[in-house]
Amino acid sequence: MIRRTVVLALTLATITALSAAEPPKRIVSLIPAVTEMIFAMGDGARLVGVSSYDRYPPQVASIARVGGLLDPNVERLLSLRPDLVIVYNTQQELTQRLERAAIPFYLYEHRGLPDITQTVRAVGARIGSAEAANRVAAKMESDLDAIRQSVAGRPRPKTLLVFGRDAGSLRNIDASGGYGFLHDMLDIAGGEDMFADITKQSVQTTTEMILARRPDVIIELRYGDSAQSLDVKRELSAWDALPSVPAVRNHRVYILVGDEFVVPGPRVVDATRKLAQALHPR
Amino acid sequence: MTISAFGALLAAVCLLAPLVGSTHISLARAFSRSVPFADNVDAQIFFIARLPRVIGAALVGAGLAAAGVVFQALLRNPLAAPETLGVSIGASVGAVVAITLLPAFSIGGISAVPVASFTGSLGALAIVYGLSAARRRGMSSTVLLLGGVVLTSFLGAILTLIQYLSDFTQTFRTVRWLMGSLDVGSYPPIVAALVPLAIAGVGYAMLPRALDLMSLGPDAAAARGVDVVRAERVALVSASLSTGAAVSLAGPIGFIGIVVPHLVRLMVGADHRLVLPASALFGAAFLIGCDLIARTAFAPLELPVGIVTAMIGGPFFLWLLFRRTR
Repeated sequence: MIRRTVVLALTLATITALSAAEPPKRIVSLIPAVTEMIFAMGDGARLVGVSSYDRYPPQVASIARVGGLLDPNVERLLSLRPDLVIVYNTQQELTQRLERAAIPFYLYEHRGLPDITQTVRAVGARIGSAEAANRVAAKMESDLDAIRQSVAGRPRPKTLLVFGRDAGSLRNIDASGGYGFLHDMLDIAGGEDMFADITKQSVQTTTEMILARRPDVIIELRYGDSAQSLDVKRELSAWDALPSVPAVRNHRVYILVGDEFVVPGPRVVDATRKLAQALHPR
Repeated sequence: MTISAFGALLAAVCLLAPLVGSTHISLARAFSRSVPFADNVDAQIFFIARLPRVIGAALVGAGLAAAGVVFQALLRNPLAAPETLGVSIGASVGAVVAITLLPAFSIGGISAVPVASFTGSLGALAIVYGLSAARRRGMSSTVLLLGGVVLTSFLGAILTLIQYLSDFTQTFRTVRWLMGSLDVGSYPPIVAALVPLAIAGVGYAMLPRALDLMSLGPDAAAARGVDVVRAERVALVSASLSTGAAVSLAGPIGFIGIVVPHLVRLMVGADHRLVLPASALFGAAFLIGCDLIARTAFAPLELPVGIVTAMIGGPFFLWLLFRRTR
């Protein structure tokens, strides 16, 4: 028993020493946002594995896939001989197995917009690229600040930010609530969230709620596979069913396409800029 | 007498439900002709948001409850439900195929998901009907039940496979659809659902006597002049059509189809001439009531109506059960 403890302690000490001394060279990231962060720092070459949901930057196409949040492929992951695995903080089964295999890991937690640059810095420090990470984070912060400044003083239209509904109809509408990075992006882009009073990341809403709350602007986000077969004109016309809504009457319904709206990584700056352009056209 | 009591209940609920919601509206303004409809928020909330919802809930509740009665009699099994023979999950597979694999389309104002969903239920019905037709001389309810259970788990596997292969946004849409929702938002899907429901209604009208006699066993029923094979076919097709119409309109809403028939039997006895229409009426009223709670209890948030049907129907059913057996 004592011997085992000693061996374990020694092993742990060695791992700690190793990781402290040398930055990881073979990184696996199960989080698309962190993959984008590592590429933005200029360290993409150190990634040997990414999740099955990674699409950006294009270079990820040639990196091995190791599953995702719900279905990490541990066998393939181990075969990549990583010296750092970046996992969601909820993937406890996976982290237990990584512990047994003595593979260091980094726990990622997804929260609001301000946490994104904080994560950039923390990941940078962990992989030995603190300086590059700081540059990326500072640029993001100043860019977001510039967007906030550019819309300062303008009227803030009451906005419904939709991130999902059934194609061709107004059924099963999901919108951003008053919490989370979508809400924060809308806030910076100069829009008043229609559901700011509901402190949830997502709100399942209904036609009645939209008719009653009368948004000035409706912005729909499209991303992932379903964005590829998008018929923008047809989807916009679905909203004509609610003619009394100011956004519909004044033709202020927008469909914005891009994965940057749902990946809380460095591209949130682009996403926020696109929101600001829709909310405050020149 | 009994039927008119259930009818009165449904009428009362139908009148009350559109008046209540997460927002207050003025009825006078909603029906006012002086304000054009495009500007009349109250009218739009009444006619676009609430009325289709109440009508949809009535149709779905009636369709599922009547299907439950018929499946329970047909399969001679109190645990049978609209979901038992795979028609409901067939509709779900159709919807998930539309969400995940098909490009968006619409037919006469009805979007891809309900169309594909009803098509899926017809596919499942064809398989079940094939199973039953394979046994020329009337179907053994056990074989049919077993076939339905196997078909359900097979289609369930297809459903999971499609979900597994789709990207996270589509998986999320699928999960959302599978929760069920009555916020129909327009009338074309309701009109479309009326067609199969009307056909099913004709079938149901032919069934009560046959179902009563068949509960004694197929041989006893045949001895009293029931064309058992034909009655079973009519029962199967009618119940499947009304299940398919209900699920494609609102998604799978559990509990109505299995519990409403039992509730009604506890109230009116086992005579199908009473049970079948009373279940349809009570199912409609029950679902309208549950949806009313779902959309107002946590306003501005809305609960999936399936949670309400189970949380109200479950304790109510147990109470009736214990009160009767005491």
